Amino acid sequence: MEPAAAVSSAHPPTPPASVYGLSDVGKTYARNGVEALKGITLSLNKGGFSSVIGSSGCGKSTLLKIMAGLIPPTTGRVVLSGKPVTGPRRDIGMMFQQATLFPWRTTIENVVLPIEIRDGRAAARGAHEKAQALLDLVGLKGFESVYPNELSGGMAQRAAICRMLVTDPTVLLLDEPFSALDELSRDFMNMELQRICMDQNATAFLVTHSIPEAVILSDVVYVLAPRPGRIAEAVEIDLPRPRTLDMITTPEFGALVRRIRDRLDLGDQM
Amino acid sequence: MNDPTSNVSPHQNAGGSTGAGAAVTEVDASTDTVWVEQTSWLDRVPRSVSMLAVFAVFIAFWELLTRSGLVSPIILPTPWETLQDLIFVGKNLIARDYMLGALWITILEVIYGFALAIAIGFSLGVIVGETAFGERAIMPYLVAIDTMPKVAFAPLFVAWLGFDISSKVALAAFIATFPIVVGTAAGLHAADENARMLFKTMGATRWQTLWKMKLPTGLPHLFTGLKIGAVGVMAGAITGEFLGGGKGFGELIRVAASQLNTPRVFSLILYLSLVGLALFAFVVWVQRRFVFWHKDRVVGGEQ
Repeated sequence: MEPAAAVSSAHPPTPPASVYGLSDVGKTYARNGVEALKGITLSLNKGGFSSVIGSSGCGKSTLLKIMAGLIPPTTGRVVLSGKPVTGPRRDIGMMFQQATLFPWRTTIENVVLPIEIRDGRAAARGAHEKAQALLDLVGLKGFESVYPNELSGGMAQRAAICRMLVTDPTVLLLDEPFSALDELSRDFMNMELQRICMDQNATAFLVTHSIPEAVILSDVVYVLAPRPGRIAEAVEIDLPRPRTLDMITTPEFGALVRRIRDRLDLGDQM
Repeated sequence: MNDPTSNVSPHQNAGGSTGAGAAVTEVDASTDTVWVEQTSWLDRVPRSVSMLAVFAVFIAFWELLTRSGLVSPIILPTPWETLQDLIFVGKNLIARDYMLGALWITILEVIYGFALAIAIGFSLGVIVGETAFGERAIMPYLVAIDTMPKVAFAPLFVAWLGFDISSKVALAAFIATFPIVVGTAAGLHAADENARMLFKTMGATRWQTLWKMKLPTGLPHLFTGLKIGAVGVMAGAITGEFLGGGKGFGELIRVAASQLNTPRVFSLILYLSLVGLALFAFVVWVQRRFVFWHKDRVVGGEQ
């Protein structure tokens, strides 16, 4: 296990700098005129963990796709590290609900795939050492030359985490990364995710529809109200880090969950 | 209550044969309630035995039919006559006599035809499966041609390419191309939304997405097309020989049939089916090598 000492250094005393900023971002689909997002303004701080939560169809995925540079917004500014996001970028790492490992590649070949795509085969071979270090970090030591068929769902998602981290992205975009796993693996993987993010001092943005998951992982939870998707409230989570699963039973945790749930219910009526 | 599969007293009946109508007996608490799932005895017969049995029944039926006098021996030879002719043709082939030459011509037609079908079918499949233009503008024509009875084109191919093997190759390739087009195009559509998004976020070019993701993902579909094509190419080559002459095995069959030498027709067909089987087995072998991650049940063979 990683030493807890790395944790305190993740929060320097000076206010953390914003690395990813969205201001007044909106998206209207030209096809059917549906306004999916409206006036989204948020900022991701260096080393911070933010979540967006909302019911199905509230525009979460649209927001994430805009942030990933997969689709353009119709209004507003999207700026990462001072440069506008106008397409997929190598400093954006992304992870999906499904691990999406390719069965004809071994685990380590899957992990170096982003390097192979961007820099070619030679660079990918050169990155094997780094990929190995990442696999060790997520607890997949010894599985590097195994084909994904032999990995369990949780292990596959760990490999997907490595694939996301291998290009040293500035920001991690997580699209319900563990929602396809069973409840027990999911709790465990969330704790692993926290450990890995702290270890890498990663800036992460999680999309989820699980309130406890959002609360236990995040510094800020953005509650999204639907039709059009807009931020109803940004809830600061001031629970101490590192978070543990035991915290779920504390009254503070319960209060935060209730506050977000009330906010979500309200959002539906607005 | 008289259902033979209903519970029978477990400790008496571990062997699996159910006593029909056995009443449920009281079991004391210390006994294990182990029981055996019933499978039909027919399903428990080993594969080789059951295959042999079916073969024997078939031969016996055939023999009976010829002995009964219901069918003229000119139309249907006896199994024994057929076996003798099988041996005759086999000897001729081993002796490298004229039949081997004919067989070789047919094999060449099949190989060239299949290679041509793969080249054209794969290229068209990529165009149709990868580009919106291909799907919109080319696919309708392919479907239209595919619905035509392709054998009817044989006289045209003979007129264009002559009585040489090229007209047979053309017909064989023509028949085998379409399943390969469909298999390739379907394969390119097989990649799921997540994989596409992933490649987009990695900034992959269209070529990279095609080559590193869509094609490998679609290989199982592509091989399904190849297997259907392998069957079609054989039919195409023989039909071509029937309708366009030449010196292949199809011609031997045609001549034997015109002489009412039915044992010969039977044995020639059997040898021809070995060629077809070999081609099919070759495709399956290549598939196992290349698509090692995808375990599918192959018709006519187990893992």
